Amino acid sequence: MSILSLRNITKSFGDNAILKGVSLEAEEGEFIALVGPSGCGKSTLLRIVAGLDHADSGEIVIGGREVSPVVAADRNIAMVFQSYALYPHLTAGQNIAVPLAMRRLTAAQRFPFISNLLPAQRQIRADIQRQVREMATSLKIDHLLDRKPGQMSGGQRQRVALARAMVRHPSVFLMDEPLSNLDANLRVHARGEIVDLHRRAGVPTLYVTHDQSEALSMADRVAVMIGGTLLQLASPQEIYDDPAHIEVARFLGQPRINVMETRMDAAGTVRFGVLTLAAQHALRSETLVMIGVRPEFVRLSARVDGILRARVERTEFLGSEVIVHARLDALGEAIVAKATPAEAAKLSPGMPVSVDLDPDRVMLFAPRGERLPARTVAVASTLEKAHG
Amino acid sequence: MTSLSLGRVLRLSVLSLGALIFIAPYIFMISTAGKAQSEIFTSSLSLIPEQWSYIENFTKALSRVSMTTLLLNGVIVCALIFVVQVVVAIPCAYAMAKLKFRAARFMMVLVMLGLLVPIHATALPLYVAFDRLSVLNSYTALVAPFSISVFAIFLFLQFFRAIPDDLIHAARLDGMSEAGIVARVVVPNAWPAITAFAIFSAVAHWNDLFWPLVVVTNQDFATPPLGLLYFRAAEAGDDYGALMAATLIITLPLVAAFLIAQKRFVEGITMTGLKG
Repeated sequence: MSILSLRNITKSFGDNAILKGVSLEAEEGEFIALVGPSGCGKSTLLRIVAGLDHADSGEIVIGGREVSPVVAADRNIAMVFQSYALYPHLTAGQNIAVPLAMRRLTAAQRFPFISNLLPAQRQIRADIQRQVREMATSLKIDHLLDRKPGQMSGGQRQRVALARAMVRHPSVFLMDEPLSNLDANLRVHARGEIVDLHRRAGVPTLYVTHDQSEALSMADRVAVMIGGTLLQLASPQEIYDDPAHIEVARFLGQPRINVMETRMDAAGTVRFGVLTLAAQHALRSETLVMIGVRPEFVRLSARVDGILRARVERTEFLGSEVIVHARLDALGEAIVAKATPAEAAKLSPGMPVSVDLDPDRVMLFAPRGERLPARTVAVASTLEKAHG
Repeated sequence: MTSLSLGRVLRLSVLSLGALIFIAPYIFMISTAGKAQSEIFTSSLSLIPEQWSYIENFTKALSRVSMTTLLLNGVIVCALIFVVQVVVAIPCAYAMAKLKFRAARFMMVLVMLGLLVPIHATALPLYVAFDRLSVLNSYTALVAPFSISVFAIFLFLQFFRAIPDDLIHAARLDGMSEAGIVARVVVPNAWPAITAFAIFSAVAHWNDLFWPLVVVTNQDFATPPLGLLYFRAAEAGDDYGALMAATLIITLPLVAAFLIAQKRFVEGITMTGLKG
C-alpha cells in the first residue's frame, strides 16, 4: 500500500495555473526525487503536501488518511528547507528539540515558570534531551549542540536542519533543495549522507531539486515535472533510457539529447539516414515527427562515405570524455556527440565527418512531444542509397 | 589607528558644534539647578554657580511636590502604554506581514490613515467619551487612547517582513500554533525593533503634557510634566532653582535609559529601515 498518494492536485494563482492535476504515489520507504526546471511547480507541490499551502482541488492521502483539511502541524510531516530555516535565537540543540517539545509537552508544561511546578515535565525534558543527543551523535554534530546557527557553517547548519526534521520520526519527509546552498564538493558528499540516512530511517521522502544529477543519483524513482504537469515517474535508469516525453528527454542528460525533425509516412515508417524505423501505431497521414538520440549514442567518424554527413564545429575536453559539436550538412541542425579522447583526437574543427546513430537507441516523438513506440527495422549498408 | 585628516577634523567639529547647540539648554538647566535665587537673577551669565545650592534646591523640589508620586505615575503610565501597545501591535503586524487574508490591504490603508491623524484631532471626542464613562482622573484615561499604536504596527510590520517565510513554515511544521510562532519565533528575533519602539514610546509618553493636561485634574494621577506645571503654577512661583532641580529629576530617568539602550536603539532603527 502506498504511504503517500497525491490525486489530481491542481493549484493556480489567479489565471496562472501552477499545478495542472498532479498525481503521485510513494511506497513505504521510497525516495522520490521531484525534478524540473525552476517555476515548474515542484516547490508549490511540496508546500501543498506539507500543508503550508492549499490545493485548489485534489486529494492528499497520507497513511490512508485524507489530510487536506488537516493543518500542517498535525500531518506529522517533516521538511528540510533550502535556507534550512533554523531558529536563529536558539542553539543547535534547542533547535532539534523544538519539534519534540511541541509534541510531547502540553502548553502548560512549556510555559515558563509554571512548568517548573509540574512534576512530569522534568522527566519528559530529560527524555527529549537524550533523544536530541542520540540524533546529533548519529549525524556527527554532537559537538555543535551549544552553538547558534550564526556560528555554524553551511554544511553544519544543513545537518542540524536534517536532525531537526528526523528527530521526531515523521511519516513523510520533504526536502526542498536542501543541498543547493552548499559548495560543489560538499554537495556530492552530502548526497551520499542523505541517501544513507534515508535508508536507515526508512521514511518515504519527497526530494525537490532542479539538479538532474542529484535526482538521478539519489532517488529510487524520479518524477519529472514540467509546466505544472508530472510527465513521467520512473526509476532513474528507465526515465533516462526510456523517456515518455520529449521534454523529459530534453531535461535529463548532459549534454542534452539531439532532436531532429523528420517525416513519418502514413504507414508509420520513418527513414533517417541509414535507419528505417517503424512506429507501432501509424498516425493517420504523413506528419513531421521528432527523432531523439542521446549524445553517447552518436558516433562521428572521419569517413566521408556516410549518408548522414556533418562538419565538426568545436570540441569540449572534459577529461574522461570529449563533447563534439557538429552541424549536419543536409538539415543544417546541430548535433552533439560524446566521444572518447582517443576518438576525438582524430577530429578537428571544420572537418567533414559521417554520423552513425545507434539503431537501438533512436527514439521517436510525436509532434506534441509524446513518445511514439517504434523500433528500427532496417539499417541500410552505408554503400547503398537508403533514400528512395 | 584613526588618522586625523583635515576632512575628519572638519566633520567632527561641525558635529560637535551641533551637539553643543542642542545640549546647551540642558547644560544651562543643570547649571541653574545649582544656583541660589539671587544668583539666577543677576545680569552676569556664568555656567558654574558661585555658591553651590544643589542640595537646597533639590530638597525644595523634593519636599514641595511629591516627586515620588510623579515619577511613579510616569513609570506606571509609560509601562502600561508600552506593554499594551506591544501586545496589540506585534500580533497585528505579524498577521499583516505573514498571513494571507482578504482584509490585509484594507488594514494597511487603515494603518496609513491612522498614522496621519494626530491625537489632538481626536482629543475632544475622547474627552467627552471618558467623561461619560466617568474615567477621567485615572490611569485608564491616561493609557487607553494610546493602547493601539499604528506607529508600532508600522514599525513592526517592516521588521517582520524581513523574517524569512521558511522560518515561519518550519515553525508550523514543528507544531507551533500561530500564537506560538509569534511568542517563540517572532518576538525573540524582534528585540532590536521592540527596543527601538520602547524608546520612541517611552520618550513620547513620559514627556507628554497635552493628554495628561486634558484628562487629569487630580494631582494624584499627574505625570511628571503635568506635575512640573502644577509645581511652577502653585508652589515655585519664580523659584527657578528649585524648578530646574525638579526638571532635572524627571528628565534623568529618560537620559539614563537612552544612554543604556543607545546601541540597541540605533541598531533597531537601522534594521527596520526607518532612517530619519
